[in-house]
Amino acid sequence: MDDAMAEAATTPRCELEVRKEAGATVLVLVGRLDTPRAAELWPRLMKEAAGGPVVLDLARLEAIDTTGATLVLSAEAAGHGSTIRGAGPGVSEVLDRVRQARDAPRPKPERSLPLLARLGRSVWYGGQALVDSIAFLGELTIILLGTLLRPWRLRIGEVLRHLDEAGTRAFPLTVLLGFLLGVILAFQSAIPLRRFGAEIFVPNLVGISLLRELGPLMAGVILAGRTGSAYAAELGTMSVNEEVAALRVMGIDPMALLVLPRVLAGVLVMPVLSLLLTLAGLSGMALIMNLFGFPLTTVLQQLSQWLTLSDLLGGLVKACFFGLAIAAIGCRAGLGAGRGPRAVGDAATAAVVGGIVSIILLDGVFAVAYERLGL
Amino acid sequence: MTAAPDAEAVIRAENLTAAFGDRVLFRDVSFEVKRGEVFVILGGSGCGKSTLLKMMIGLVPPRHGRVFILGTDVWAADGAARLALLRRIGVMWQQGALFGSQTLLENVEMPLAEHTSLRPEARAEVARVKLGLVGLSEAASRLPSEVSGGMLKRAGVARALALDPPILFLDEPSAGLDPITSAGLDEMIRDLARSLGTTFVVVTHELASILAIGDRCIMLDREAQGMIAEGDPRRLRDESTHPTVRAFFRREAA
Repeated sequence: MDDAMAEAATTPRCELEVRKEAGATVLVLVGRLDTPRAAELWPRLMKEAAGGPVVLDLARLEAIDTTGATLVLSAEAAGHGSTIRGAGPGVSEVLDRVRQARDAPRPKPERSLPLLARLGRSVWYGGQALVDSIAFLGELTIILLGTLLRPWRLRIGEVLRHLDEAGTRAFPLTVLLGFLLGVILAFQSAIPLRRFGAEIFVPNLVGISLLRELGPLMAGVILAGRTGSAYAAELGTMSVNEEVAALRVMGIDPMALLVLPRVLAGVLVMPVLSLLLTLAGLSGMALIMNLFGFPLTTVLQQLSQWLTLSDLLGGLVKACFFGLAIAAIGCRAGLGAGRGPRAVGDAATAAVVGGIVSIILLDGVFAVAYERLGL
Repeated sequence: MTAAPDAEAVIRAENLTAAFGDRVLFRDVSFEVKRGEVFVILGGSGCGKSTLLKMMIGLVPPRHGRVFILGTDVWAADGAARLALLRRIGVMWQQGALFGSQTLLENVEMPLAEHTSLRPEARAEVARVKLGLVGLSEAASRLPSEVSGGMLKRAGVARALALDPPILFLDEPSAGLDPITSAGLDEMIRDLARSLGTTFVVVTHELASILAIGDRCIMLDREAQGMIAEGDPRRLRDESTHPTVRAFFRREAA
C-alpha cells in the first residue's frame, strides 16, 4: 500500500545538469519531473534555454507529468532551433500529448476598443438599462391597473404570505428600533432645550419629526434591508435557474405571479411599519420625559395639542410610495440579474442601495410637494 | 491500458457502510482500485454511488469502515497529512463546479497558484496546456456561464488535472451530454489513463460509457443495500447471473 508514496520518495527528484558538447549547450534532466519540481526548476531552465539553441537531453528522465512536459516544451520554444533528444517511450508519449495541447489554436486576444467606442458602448448599455427599467415600470403600471379592474385575479394567498414575511416578521425589529430612536431623539433634544427651560417642547419636536420624516424613512430602511434584498436574491436565483423563463413559456406572466404580490405587500406593509415605528418612538420619548419629571398626561397633552392629522396622513402616504419604490426596485434587480452566484449578490446589493437612495429622493419630492400644497 | 494483475492498489475500501439516520444506503462495501486502471462505480439512481465517491474524497463520513488512498487513511489523516493527500487527488464534480466569476483559464490556474511556486506567466502557460489536454484551448478566456454543459465538464476535468494528481475522481462525467460529446469525454479519459498513467474512479450509470472506459467495476444496488457485482464490465454483461446486473446491462425494467 505504501508503494506509491515510497516510489515518489525513492525516485530521485529531477535535477538539471548543464554541459557543453562541441560548442552546443546541453541541458540534461535527470530523475522525476513532477509538478512541484517543475515549478522549482522553471525559472532556471527557462533562463538557460533562452540563451540560444540548446539540446534538451531527456535520456535519464524517468518520469514526467504534464506540467513537467509543459516546461520542457516551453524551454524548447524559448531558444530558436533548440532540440529535444533521448526521451524514453513513456516520457515521449506524455510529451506528444502535451505538444498537441500546446499547439492547439488559442483564443484571439480581445482587441481593446478605442476610447470613443468604449464610451459609446457604455452609453448604449446605460441606455438599454434605462429603457428596460422604463419598460418594467410600464409593465408594473399595467398590471396594477389590471388588478384594479379585475381584482378577483389577484393571488390573495401569495399577497398574504408576503405581507407576513415583510410585515409581521419585521414587527419586533421595528418596535425595538423605533423605541431606541425615540429615546435617543428625546435625550439629545432635551439637552439644548433645557438651557432655555424649554424641555416641555421635546414631545412636539420628537413627535413631528417621527410622524412626518423619521417614521417612514426608518421603516423604509428596514424594508429595504430586510425585504428588498430578499426579493432581489429570491427572484435573482429564480432567473439564474431559468424558473422565470419557464413561467413565461408556460404562459404565466412573471409580473403577475411574482412581482405584483410582492409590490402590493410592500405598499400595504409600509404604513403599518411606519406607524408602529412612530408609536414605539413616541413611547420611548415619553419614558425619557418621565425621567425628566414630566408626567405622561403632560406629554400626551402636548402631543394632542401640536400634532395634526395631516402630519400623520402625510407620513403614511409617503410610506406607501416608499414601499412601492423599494419592492419594485428589489423585484427589478432580481429579474434583471445576470448569471452565476455573483449576479445574485450584485442584485441584492443593487436592491438595498437603490431602495435607500430612492426613498431619500422621494422624500425630497414629497417635501417640496407638501410645501406647495401647504400641508 | 488495463492494469497489470499485480499492480499495487492505490485505493482500498474496507467494509464501508453509509446511512442517513435509519436509512441504510449500503453496507460492508470493500474493494481495491489498482494503479493506472479506470475503475467504475455503477448502479441505478439513489443507490449511493455519489455518496461512496464523497466518502473516498473525505466529504461524507462513513458509518463504519475505512478508506485508504495511497496508503493514507482518509478519515484518520488530519492537518498536513490530509492536505498532502488532497493534493494528490483531483475531482470533477457533476456540474463542473467551476467558479462563476473566473474565466476557465483562471479556474484551472487556481490550484496551481495555491499549491505550487510557479510564477504567473508559467502558471498561465501550464493552465493553457491543461485546457488543451481536454480540447478547450480556444475557450480559455470565456466564463463558465458562456460555455456549454459538455465544455463545463471538460473544464472540470482540466481543473482536476491541474496538479497532475495520480488519482482522478469523476462524478457522472457523461450524464446529460449528447452521445458524441460523451464519447469524446470517454476517449479523453482512456487517453489520459494510457499516456499519463492516471488512475480514474468514475461514477456513472451510462451503459455505453461503462463499457467503453471501464477496466473494472463494482455495482451497487439499493434493494440489496450493498455491492452486488465486481469485475470486468464486459464480462459482467455477458456472464453475470444476478438478475439486477443482467437487467442493468440489458436495459430491462427489473
